[in-house]
Amino acid sequence: MSIGRDGRDMRILRYRGCSMTAAVVGEVPLATAGPAADRYVDDVIRAFAVAAVFWGIAAFAVGTFIAFQLAFPDLNFGIEYTTFGRLRPLHTSAAVFAFGGSALIGSSLYVVQRTCRAPLFGGAELAWFVFVGYQIFIVLAATGYILGITQGKEYAEPEWYVDLWLTVVWVAYLVCFGGTLLKRREPHIYVANWFYLAFILTIAMLHIVNNLAVPVSLTSSKSYVAWAGVQDAMIQWWYGHNAVGFFLTAGFLGMMYYFIPKAAQRPVYSYRLSIIHFWALIFLYIWAGPHHLHYTALPDWTQTLGMVFSIMLWMPSWGGMINGVMTLNGAWDKLRTDPGLRFSVAAVGFYGMSTFEGPVMSVKAVNALSHYTDWTIGHVHSGALGWVAFISFGMLYYMVPALWNRRLHSKALADWHFWIATLGIVLYITSMWVSGIMQGLMWRAYDEYGFLQYSFIETVAAMHPYYIIRAMGGVLFLTGALIMAYNLWRTIRSAEANALVPTVPTATIAAAE
Amino acid sequence: MPTKIEKDQISGQDTTGHEWDGIKELNTPLPKWWLYSFYASIVFAVVYMLLYPALPHVGGLLGWSQRGELQATLDGEKARRAPMMARIESTPIDQIRHDPELMTFVQAAGRTAFADNCATCHGAGGAGAKGYPTLADDDWLWGGTPEQILQTIGYGIRNANAESRMGDMPRFGADGILTRTQIADVASFVLALSKPGTDKTAEERGAAVFAENCAACHGDKGAGNPEMGAARLDDGIWLYGGDRATLVETIANGRKGSMPAWSERLDPATVKILSAYVHALGGGK
Repeated sequence: MSIGRDGRDMRILRYRGCSMTAAVVGEVPLATAGPAADRYVDDVIRAFAVAAVFWGIAAFAVGTFIAFQLAFPDLNFGIEYTTFGRLRPLHTSAAVFAFGGSALIGSSLYVVQRTCRAPLFGGAELAWFVFVGYQIFIVLAATGYILGITQGKEYAEPEWYVDLWLTVVWVAYLVCFGGTLLKRREPHIYVANWFYLAFILTIAMLHIVNNLAVPVSLTSSKSYVAWAGVQDAMIQWWYGHNAVGFFLTAGFLGMMYYFIPKAAQRPVYSYRLSIIHFWALIFLYIWAGPHHLHYTALPDWTQTLGMVFSIMLWMPSWGGMINGVMTLNGAWDKLRTDPGLRFSVAAVGFYGMSTFEGPVMSVKAVNALSHYTDWTIGHVHSGALGWVAFISFGMLYYMVPALWNRRLHSKALADWHFWIATLGIVLYITSMWVSGIMQGLMWRAYDEYGFLQYSFIETVAAMHPYYIIRAMGGVLFLTGALIMAYNLWRTIRSAEANALVPTVPTATIAAAE
Repeated sequence: MPTKIEKDQISGQDTTGHEWDGIKELNTPLPKWWLYSFYASIVFAVVYMLLYPALPHVGGLLGWSQRGELQATLDGEKARRAPMMARIESTPIDQIRHDPELMTFVQAAGRTAFADNCATCHGAGGAGAKGYPTLADDDWLWGGTPEQILQTIGYGIRNANAESRMGDMPRFGADGILTRTQIADVASFVLALSKPGTDKTAEERGAAVFAENCAACHGDKGAGNPEMGAARLDDGIWLYGGDRATLVETIANGRKGSMPAWSERLDPATVKILSAYVHALGGGK
């Protein structure tokens, strides 16, 4: 402890020296020389950026394909490896963990170095271990799904051997990120890093507790989970809901808190709001899981708690939206000229919409209608496509040119990406609203004699047109992502370095130091 | 540390004096509407927790429970059905079709019950599929009168229920009762019952085999026998397919299609409704 404190004092001294000299020389020059120990570890972040684009396209492609499977079941082909049941976890894991995870880890390592003015703890070696280890995790999980190896827990399908490996990689990630925070040269920790750290710590806890299991043998992929019955269901949705809360919300809020003010070149709207909504979000989110188990074997009182915590979560969630949108105060014109920023701000809009929809759906009376219907699927995708993917696209359009020190190849293509993807989301969400609410109403409709008015298969047949609209939405979203991949590839391959990158890309931490 | 509080020209707010990689923060107070909405959501939560169960083994002031809500809904619909269900139960199955009011009820109740329980095998509207008889025509394996249909649906076919309909077509090939040639001949004969054949000598040989092995159940001319579920063979309607290869397979290996005893799963009135509904699909006798 005392060592850490001494070390920190040293850093503050160095910071002072730095700021004085920086004030003398003015802007930090764009230097690439300097001792390796003082340079940002960026190669691995480039790898994460490429991985995020690759896995994003894979996730969108599989998602679009299984959307067509729902409309046209013949596309299952009667082969076990291509059935919906095998491909669906492939899609969700590719979207959340492969695409979202690569975007989060990569951007967090980019942000933590720059906002701490410190190179990554553990150097390039530890960071590369995290990258390679995480990609191995993705491949192990994906191959398991295709082969039918699953522990049957939604969003936690991988079996014990994959879980153990991910734990090792995740601890390495925590050490890399947390170590960098500890050796920072800034007196305070920037808000983006609070969110990233909350994401890393909480996911570690959720992952370990939910996946506690006993393998049948060391040579068998099969295991039995430690929990049973309704306790297992409760822990599963404590995990599942907080995977949304801490992976898909807190993590990406961290991303937002860096890339929106950077792209807008405006100060963050409210420091107080960031503190209050951070702690409120962290405290409240963790209790909201039982709303996934309304009207089940879970006791009534637990369901009530899950619901009221979800209601109280509404404003803390919106705190992030306010800070994201209001940071543009004085820079609204940039929405016309900066496609990346437009993605980020639209993402915050979708975030506000789905974090309002979530508490509404958690209310018992609403959930009685919405549960098990496509409304839930639409809700998830307004968050996944609108918030998670869009904020990641905004990050990529900023970070890729900055990392490679190039100008974005084509703003026009990025504009096309934005509008095609937005139209895709609108088709997806609206078709699932209509289909989901219709489905719920059909399930509960009684005729004048007191009989159910519709058979189950009639509700399935009624959803067919909406399934096609949804799949078309997926095609549009995938098309947009392919345009982005081409645009970013041309950006990276472009021959000339570009000084017009929207920030000062500090290739060294403090050349003036 | 150097904190340098500045005034932001656009918003007029002070910054907090911190800076990270060029990012500063304004010291804007919490938006009032946000703060009061947050308080309101907390008040809502407290009130809701008083009204609804929010502690183990303690109910809320409203006395609500999810099981109670479900039971109330089910009881309400059951009460709505009760008068007509009572009439269905007390009316003999062959009389239901003569009562227009009961038949309207049967159509409403039977449609959903059929789609949820029967259509999985017999297809929408009873269209049938390979191995699952069409219920909308007048060709019946086990008889098409209301009583026979009620018996079939209530106790099923070739299942463990003591009242189940039983009937066994032997595996003429697999058990070595007939030779391959004999099976081919009898297939020629059976096919010719509904469609003129081309090989008269084979049909003649097959006729002899048929008379000795098949006629006991299927009848001398293949008219079938609903008592033992022996299919009618002269009408060109085939349960498993009327091409030669399928027919040879049927003769060689027998067929043992089964159906659950629905009286074990559904209440007596619903079984009765389904029977009247299936009878009315188009082919009832």
